[in-house]
Amino acid sequence: MAEPIIVVSNLAHRYGDFEAVKGISFSVDRGEIFSFLGPNGAGKSTAINILTTLLHIQQGSASVAGFDVATEPAKVRESIGIVFQDVTLDRDMTCWEILEFHGSLYRMPHKERRARIEELLELVELEGKRNTLTKHLSGGMKRRLEIARGLMTRPKVLFLDEPTIGLDPQTRRRMWDYIKSVNEEGTTIFLTTHYMDEADQLSNRVSIIDHGQIIATGAAWDLKNMLGEDLIYLETSDNDAAGKLLQKMPEVTGIQERPHGFYAQVNQDGTHILPKIMDDLRIAGIRIQTVNLKKPSMDDVFVHFTGRDMRDDGAEHPSSMHAKTGRR
Amino acid sequence: MRMGFLTIYWRDMIRFVRFRTLLISSLVQPALWMAFFGIAMSANFTRLTTDVPPIPGIPNVGYLTFMAAGVIAMTTLFTSLFGGMTLLFDKNWGLLREVMASPLPRDHIIFGIALSGMTKSFIQAIIIMVFGIFIGAEFFMGFSPLNVIFSLLGILLFVGIFSLGFLFLSAAIAISFESPEGMQGIMTLLTMPIFFASNALYPVNAFPPALQVVSMGNPLTHLVNGIRYFAIGDDFQAIGVVYSTTVTELLVSLSVLIVFALAMFGLAWWRFQKAVVT
Repeated sequence: MAEPIIVVSNLAHRYGDFEAVKGISFSVDRGEIFSFLGPNGAGKSTAINILTTLLHIQQGSASVAGFDVATEPAKVRESIGIVFQDVTLDRDMTCWEILEFHGSLYRMPHKERRARIEELLELVELEGKRNTLTKHLSGGMKRRLEIARGLMTRPKVLFLDEPTIGLDPQTRRRMWDYIKSVNEEGTTIFLTTHYMDEADQLSNRVSIIDHGQIIATGAAWDLKNMLGEDLIYLETSDNDAAGKLLQKMPEVTGIQERPHGFYAQVNQDGTHILPKIMDDLRIAGIRIQTVNLKKPSMDDVFVHFTGRDMRDDGAEHPSSMHAKTGRR
Repeated sequence: MRMGFLTIYWRDMIRFVRFRTLLISSLVQPALWMAFFGIAMSANFTRLTTDVPPIPGIPNVGYLTFMAAGVIAMTTLFTSLFGGMTLLFDKNWGLLREVMASPLPRDHIIFGIALSGMTKSFIQAIIIMVFGIFIGAEFFMGFSPLNVIFSLLGILLFVGIFSLGFLFLSAAIAISFESPEGMQGIMTLLTMPIFFASNALYPVNAFPPALQVVSMGNPLTHLVNGIRYFAIGDDFQAIGVVYSTTVTELLVSLSVLIVFALAMFGLAWWRFQKAVVT
């Protein structure tokens, strides 16, 4: 049994009348990469701001690295590193100065500070940019420098708020590699993201958060498996009848209706079962118009648990949801 | 004792030196005041006061000398009041989050910013004195070298405490406001009465009684008193008005500045404890 490094119970937060976080509970184990996956406005940043002591806790309790955020905020601050959602680098300071400033803020001894700066500049491959003002860095370099800054004080937990927002695909992949290598050195990582692939590829466990509530938690693989082995998308001349027919098959574990068709979750390799499904439908006199087969993705997991597509950002547009999921 | 405020100080000074336009304008602006306003007003006052016979036995100084002390005070006021603006920008650009999420006690943020604002005021005060003497202000006339050093330290003491007071006030406003425009508005509202209801540019003797009272409670008046005492002397006349200052009066002025600075620190401390920066 791994020991938890973050424990949150019944955390709730409101801004005026708006309930941003509605009583969430979760825990993060030492050494894992844990993600909060959810659309913008789901309450991720509020939660991270409370855990990093930037917001006062209103309701519930939370502890980080063994310290209560309400009663021992200074201890919490000493134990964590943060990479904020937007770039928070002073444009007119050099990479070296950014790290030096951060180290001094946390009262790192001079010698250790200087050594750590060299170590980190090397880790994030910015040795050559030591004396470059941050305004001259590319987006990816800025993010790497911010991660280096977050690691300056060898934190027990590193908080990453949307670490790869606005980066190109290659840079994102490299960021993930950095994050993984940091994790392998023993730093627990708590990240928020609205990218499905990021949560999927990077984290040991994911909590899906929507409208201030945690909807599901588990390993990305487990969450996807809850939707079965494969998903088969069908549009037919009579979707209702087709759905009823398929539900009777032992291999089909669930039906998700869509505006023009439906998904059938199957517990076996879909390539084998699909011919049988098509035969059965034809025998029943139902004409098949469209067929698609895919592995469940985090998108599907999200849709499954929230009933809507995350990229719709809160508004429900069933037709666009269909268009996006069907195209895969 | 923790020296965390030095980190904040270091960073703000880096920015001061690196923003060339800010650096140069802040150094040139007070000199321009002296050069244009000083010389123009000085010429007028000299013409208008030719009929006023100087009181015999008391050293007489020209208007330029009289107002040079006022320009030092005015520059200190403006620089200090706007010194906290950097916090507002840091807050709006998210840079303050790093500091607020760190274990650094918040009063160190206030001290760090105040210390760097004070440094800037010192640099400006010295520039005005050098430039003022260059264009004809009669500062430190007949002083021995030791006396000049002592007077210089006295001026810096007054400038320093005064600037701390207004930097604390500025920091308190910056942390409480969301927009630079709002802060700018408050600043303009504050600077006008502070500047004109003081003895910086003209004697207060001719003020209506109510305005004289305001001027007596105005920290700027007490700063100007201190600067004139150290730069010109404890007994002189300018534009037909005699200025004599006893040591007690000087200490009263110093006390007013200290009380003001302490009160403003209290205000800033309170605002910073309440501040939420996300």
